[in-house]
Amino acid sequence: MIPVAFDYTKPSTVDEAVQALIAGGEDAKVISGGQSLMPVLRLRMAAPSVLVDVGGIAEMNGVSDDGDHLLIGSNTTHHDVMNNALVKQHAGLLAMTAATVADPQIRHRGTLGGSLAHADPAGDLPTAALALECVMVAQGPKGRREIAAKDFFVDYFTSALESDEVLVAIKVPKMGDGWGYHYEKFNRTAQAWATVGVAAAVKRQNGTITEARVALTNMGPSPIRASSVESALAGASASADAIAAASTSAADGTRPTSDLHATAEFREHLARVLTKRAVAQAAGV
Amino acid sequence: MTHVPISVTVDGALYEAEVEPRSLLVHFLREDIGRVGTVVGCDTSNCGTCTVLLNGRSVKSCSVLAVQANGANVLTIQGLAEGDGNWHPVQQAFKECHGLQCGYCTPGMVMSAVDLLQENPSPSEEEIREGLEGCLCRCTGYHNIVKSVQFAAEMMGGK
Amino acid sequence: MTETMDVTGSAIGRPLRRKEDARLLHGQTNWTDNIQLAGTLHMAVLRSPMAHAKIAHIDVSPALERPHVVAAFSAKELGELNGAVPCVWPVTDDIQMPPFHALAVDKVRHVGDCVAVVIANTKYAAADALDAIDVDYEPLPAVIDMEAALKQGSVAVHDAADGSLGTNRCYDFPLKPTGDGSFEAAVKAAGDDAVVVKRRFINQRIIAGFMEPRAVVASPMGMSNEMTVWSATQIPHVLRVLLALVTGLPENTLRIVAPDVGGGFGGKLQLYREEVLAVQIARHLGRTVKWVETRSEDMVSSHHGRDQIQDIQIAATKDGKLIGMKVDLLANMGAYLQIITPGIPLLGMFMFPAIYKMDAYEFSCTGVFTNTTPTDAIRGAGRPEATYAIERIMDELAAELGMDPLKLREMNWIKNTEFPYTTVAGLAYDSGNYEAATERALELFGYDELRAEQEQRRASGDPVQLGLGISTFTEMCGLAPSRTLGALKYVAGGWEHCTIRALPTGKIELITGTSPHGQGHETAWSQIASSILGVPVDDIEVVHGDTGRAPYGMDTYGSRSLAVGGQAIKKAAERLVEKARIIAAHQLECSPDDLDFIQGEFRVKGDPAKAQPLAAVAFEAFTAHNLPDGVEPTLQAEATVDPNDFSYPHGTHLAAMEVDVETGKVKIRKYVAVDDCGVQVNPLIVEGQVHGGLVCGIAQALYEGVEYDSDGNLLTASLADYLIPSAADLPSFITDRTETPSTTNPLGTKGIGEAGAIASTPAIINGIVDALRPMGVTDVKMPATPENVWRAIQAAQGGAQ
Ligand SMILES: Cc1cc2nc3c(=O)[nH]c(=O)nc-3n(C[C@H](O)[C@H](O)[C@H](O)COP(=O)(O)OP(=O)(O)OC[C@H]3O[C@@H](n4cnc5c(N)ncnc54)[C@H](O)[C@@H]3O)c2cc1C
Ligand code: FES
Ligand code: FES
Repeated sequence: MIPVAFDYTKPSTVDEAVQALIAGGEDAKVISGGQSLMPVLRLRMAAPSVLVDVGGIAEMNGVSDDGDHLLIGSNTTHHDVMNNALVKQHAGLLAMTAATVADPQIRHRGTLGGSLAHADPAGDLPTAALALECVMVAQGPKGRREIAAKDFFVDYFTSALESDEVLVAIKVPKMGDGWGYHYEKFNRTAQAWATVGVAAAVKRQNGTITEARVALTNMGPSPIRASSVESALAGASASADAIAAASTSAADGTRPTSDLHATAEFREHLARVLTKRAVAQAAGV
Repeated sequence: MTHVPISVTVDGALYEAEVEPRSLLVHFLREDIGRVGTVVGCDTSNCGTCTVLLNGRSVKSCSVLAVQANGANVLTIQGLAEGDGNWHPVQQAFKECHGLQCGYCTPGMVMSAVDLLQENPSPSEEEIREGLEGCLCRCTGYHNIVKSVQFAAEMMGGK
Repeated sequence: MTETMDVTGSAIGRPLRRKEDARLLHGQTNWTDNIQLAGTLHMAVLRSPMAHAKIAHIDVSPALERPHVVAAFSAKELGELNGAVPCVWPVTDDIQMPPFHALAVDKVRHVGDCVAVVIANTKYAAADALDAIDVDYEPLPAVIDMEAALKQGSVAVHDAADGSLGTNRCYDFPLKPTGDGSFEAAVKAAGDDAVVVKRRFINQRIIAGFMEPRAVVASPMGMSNEMTVWSATQIPHVLRVLLALVTGLPENTLRIVAPDVGGGFGGKLQLYREEVLAVQIARHLGRTVKWVETRSEDMVSSHHGRDQIQDIQIAATKDGKLIGMKVDLLANMGAYLQIITPGIPLLGMFMFPAIYKMDAYEFSCTGVFTNTTPTDAIRGAGRPEATYAIERIMDELAAELGMDPLKLREMNWIKNTEFPYTTVAGLAYDSGNYEAATERALELFGYDELRAEQEQRRASGDPVQLGLGISTFTEMCGLAPSRTLGALKYVAGGWEHCTIRALPTGKIELITGTSPHGQGHETAWSQIASSILGVPVDDIEVVHGDTGRAPYGMDTYGSRSLAVGGQAIKKAAERLVEKARIIAAHQLECSPDDLDFIQGEFRVKGDPAKAQPLAAVAFEAFTAHNLPDGVEPTLQAEATVDPNDFSYPHGTHLAAMEVDVETGKVKIRKYVAVDDCGVQVNPLIVEGQVHGGLVCGIAQALYEGVEYDSDGNLLTASLADYLIPSAADLPSFITDRTETPSTTNPLGTKGIGEAGAIASTPAIINGIVDALRPMGVTDVKMPATPENVWRAIQAAQGGAQ
């Protein structure tokens, strides 16, 4: 199908992009990789008046080491995220998760920022960002602000970004020594979105789990931390039994939907099983 | 619906054109400049039949706006083997291993395989299968496509 | 890279690389969407968003105000041009065949029903103008479920007010032998020794999923009277007849071209409404009209397939000898009857008894209208459904009897020594060797080792269980002897045509009535002709898919092309040689009987130095300077062949399935397919057909299924929701062939295009059920998604508690 007609502009700085969004009003939309937007446009499920292509803004691309965190430009593609040496070293969970997104062609175009801004409940990267406690750097008419991952994902396809704000970069805290991680994605075909996904990061010391972070994909309108699993794991022994016991509460507090690919009941079941598997992997059990 | 000027290099030739911002790269290729070797199979970015290399990397040309390709270099199935009667090793391998039937998925499969092999010259079967997950084929069951890519890797010295 | 062939050996049986590939691999293609004639108008179709509604008001005129729009039509504007799409298989005398117009008149009956069209100068403009059309729908309750549709008082898809019977019962097809042949009598006769297993299987609805969306270009050819229609179709010849009937255009002015066609799988075995619309509007406006469907349109408007509820009973003696079978089907027609919609389940009727011997068989089928996209043939058409049911229930019977499922099959199948064999369904199987195929499959599979591993996993309570699935299938293909089709009330014949011309330059032109869309006919047909004419494969050009250049034919579907078309090629080639022999004898001044025809040359017996190559004979026939008396100039021959019988390929497929009992996710660990399609003209192509078929059937077993909500909205409306597996979801296959030549086919060939799709679905599900049987699972709903598998386990365990 063919998108509804729109105007197009390609600013070269973030300031210009924000100006273009203001000028374009309510119906202006940012496009970065376009890998979520294009299907939506082609199916005519959206009809923006103007697309602001942020692809030409140099500042929004690439990964840099910024002390205790990495700064990843929002336009960095999934392909670059999964292959970047800094990301692999300090935020391996993000690289691992990016590798599970869609397929190679889409990973060549789709961007980390676009994925987070899109806030698809079935998106994988928001979950990793939540588990890693990333911070989003956004710029709008009032300047820049930082938004913690836990506040960023608001609802189905809704982030904390205002319509005239641009997501510029993502601050990813470095995972220090002793952390293990895993993203367990469960889907019906390789190319499909996650039915449920679990991102786990576990810190181990002498056979004990000292800290655990577990975040879930597609278990509600936004990615969600499995906090009761996390607290059950803190201080627990890094054993299969302890992990299995903690994982039984993985679905607590979640609000998964029933759709074509799974019922809510099955998603809850999967959340428990996959949490057990993801944490075990992360803990090296 | 003002048109926007773009210039794109496709299969080695420079094209200057005015396009509607909404026009898809694949429609630009097919309808504006007559490169009909690249085809369309879906409207949700799933089938991969439209795959081309954009600045050297595989992308789905239905999911890129023509304006986004301004200044870029596009390689399609038609430009893969330079010169008449020439064959790229991946094309050769697809013929040798019967990696195509109706041929509709073929442009996308071949371009994806080219990208895959430039990134990983000696992929395992599993890596090939995963590397082609963005392309659907209804005819071959993929068995011979996988064999074709293995054979191409061998020919290209990867194995 | 051209293929050279040493002409001393027969080209039949060689894995020649395909002639088609050079073009296809370089993007030098001619898909219908590539055809861009100057001045072409583009058609866009407005489709119903509702499953059932009255069109209270429709006004297309606002669309005319939009830029670049040339015309717009609803049924009203189209008037008499709004032709009715025919169904050519009225399976019973009292079948209900409601009218099916190109554009819906007054009512819409499924989501995607065609309501109006816009014609514009560009395709973007045509798409844009659709939303200007003003339509008021008065929603009506929709009926989606077949059993609900048959209940008294159900909403009628075609109600009495529309001039229909007001029932959703399209037809009842009985095959009910009475007396001794009846199922009941047979079971009764066996007394206490009879074990009856009864199951309900749901064979879910699927899509064809050809990668090239449908497309049509209709062009009135100015100075000539001709209307040329390019269509992404499997059936240019049938389309020509039907379009002539529907549009009233004289058949002799219609030329149909199927250019490069990107897959069909039955989905392009159709006369579609958009084809009628494009032709009628092109004719009306005197301009070229083009329509290319989007995938979203394809999902709602290209016909769907399968969709049966199968109630099946099988009876055997306690020691496993089959007594009989009874099958009662509900078959979903969808909202309208397309070209052969009602006949599809009847193709299955013949196949339920499969390779097994039994004395009683009863079959009934009720065709049911629902507010869904029409169904029709998809790869296998009727036979996959039947094969699924019989191969599934054989496993259930084996479990009931406590027998090994393979032993049970072996005990009951037709022995190699018993051919020819007439089955209880009335088919005369010419040949087969189920023993050989099974033996080879077991060898490749490692059956005993896998059974041992299964035991071990069961004993250790492994979270990943292993199951072995068997499918010893046969099918009937090569549609079909025309008389048989007539007896089945099918309004067409099953013959095929070939003309072969030896051209003055020595090249051969082979004109076939088959219409390939991926099957490699150009290569395989050249091989057949080459083996008879002794001409290199590369010197033979196969002409197909254009009623202008290849006027006679019945096209490509039902694995008929080689089985039937191959016979026509053989006969035409032999006739050509006979004509050439007379001319050569005249040239060589000997009697025709004194000539051998070897390696493309006529050689005088005992004096091989005296020889005349076919090319020289062709040149002589062209100049006609010195032809024997009574011999007409030009060297060509034709043959139109009606097959003697169906053909019956068979095989044994084995699947080892790993089932994660925690998540319900399954994985194919190993898949062995040993097929017997008789003589193989090109084993490489045969192998490719097997692979593709396997994945079609596997996809139905594991991934694919059309889903509607209760209001008739299509939930699987895009490839993001209707999951076609990719390479990453599938394994490589282990395949081999046994070769039991057909005795009714002069080439010894059978069909292979559908075998994989027919065989694999039950093999996969049997494997999953086998893995889970100790947990109490006796069936898994298709597609066997993780949730469906998990639910089967939950239900079984709940039941056990
Ligand atoms: C077939 C297919 C399969 C997929 N499978 C998966 C999957 O398994 N897992 C997964 O996580 N994703 C999947 N995706 C989505 C993919 O990851 C997208 O790349 C990603 O969601 C969006 O990134 P993008 O750069 O392409 O964003 P775009 O499509 O350009 O934009 C997406 C949205 O974000 C907004 N946006 C983009 N960038 C910014 C910015 N800098 N500031 C403010 N707003 C912005 C846009 O306005 C738009 O609303 C799939 C997509 C397809 C087509
Ligand atoms: S056309 Fe299907 S992915 Fe591009
Ligand atoms: S060869 Fe036909 S879709 Fe792949």
